[in-house]
Amino acid sequence: MNLKTTTRQVDGVNIVDCSGRITLGEGSVVLRDVVKDLLGKGQKKILLNLGDVNYIDSSGIGELVSAYTTVKNQGGELKLLNLTKKVHDLLQITKLYTVFDVKDDETSAVKAFR
Amino acid sequence: MTPERRSFTLDSTLENVDNAEQAANEIATQFGFNEEEVLQIAMAVREAAVNAVLHGNAYDPAKKVSLDFERTAGDLVITIRDQGKGLDPSKIPDPLAPENLLKTSGRGIFLIRSFMDDVQINPSASGTEIKLIKHVHGPAADGKEASQ
Repeated sequence: MNLKTTTRQVDGVNIVDCSGRITLGEGSVVLRDVVKDLLGKGQKKILLNLGDVNYIDSSGIGELVSAYTTVKNQGGELKLLNLTKKVHDLLQITKLYTVFDVKDDETSAVKAFR
Repeated sequence: MTPERRSFTLDSTLENVDNAEQAANEIATQFGFNEEEVLQIAMAVREAAVNAVLHGNAYDPAKKVSLDFERTAGDLVITIRDQGKGLDPSKIPDPLAPENLLKTSGRGIFLIRSFMDDVQINPSASGTEIKLIKHVHGPAADGKEASQ
């Protein structure tokens, strides 16, 4: 299943609920467009909820990195929420787990934004 | 009965990257690998297919990707060939190096090496051949099917 997203706002933080696959092609483009759209609206606090992302490939990892650096370069913050074991393991072996701010509880994740 | 060899010739499209991954998933399952191993094999094949379609054949409709699965006595050997310029493995940067950590690409071969037991990259003037090898463990090593 390709990536589907819905965005909601909690206390000024944009939570993007993602489900499906973040892979080369459509999945990566969907994620890129969502982040670009939020930044275009001046929304710079972004929490990517990856709880229903069941698959990610190297292009998807690259897209997460791109989203992270793009938001950061514009003075915003991007955090990850609810990683599945597969995504967690991939971020571990690529040494990106400590680069991203990863949360497992939505309430505390929202509070962690400045 | 589980076939011992399966071969495919694919057009250089993104859709066929998904098809290669799906074929790897089905064949690795038929060969008796466990769920985690199947996931690793399928992902390694996906990454190799992406390299072949994108970087090797550059989506050229005249160029094909060949995909070959072979079950030997102790291994699953997967061979993927493209018809591109040839990938020089010595020029692949280390994605774990601090200066490369935030790069948005360059992790495919690293993931393939992480997931397979042995990886051989053989570039030539007529393209790149990459061989992905996964050792067979457990019941599959005796040539038996996975639990039904």
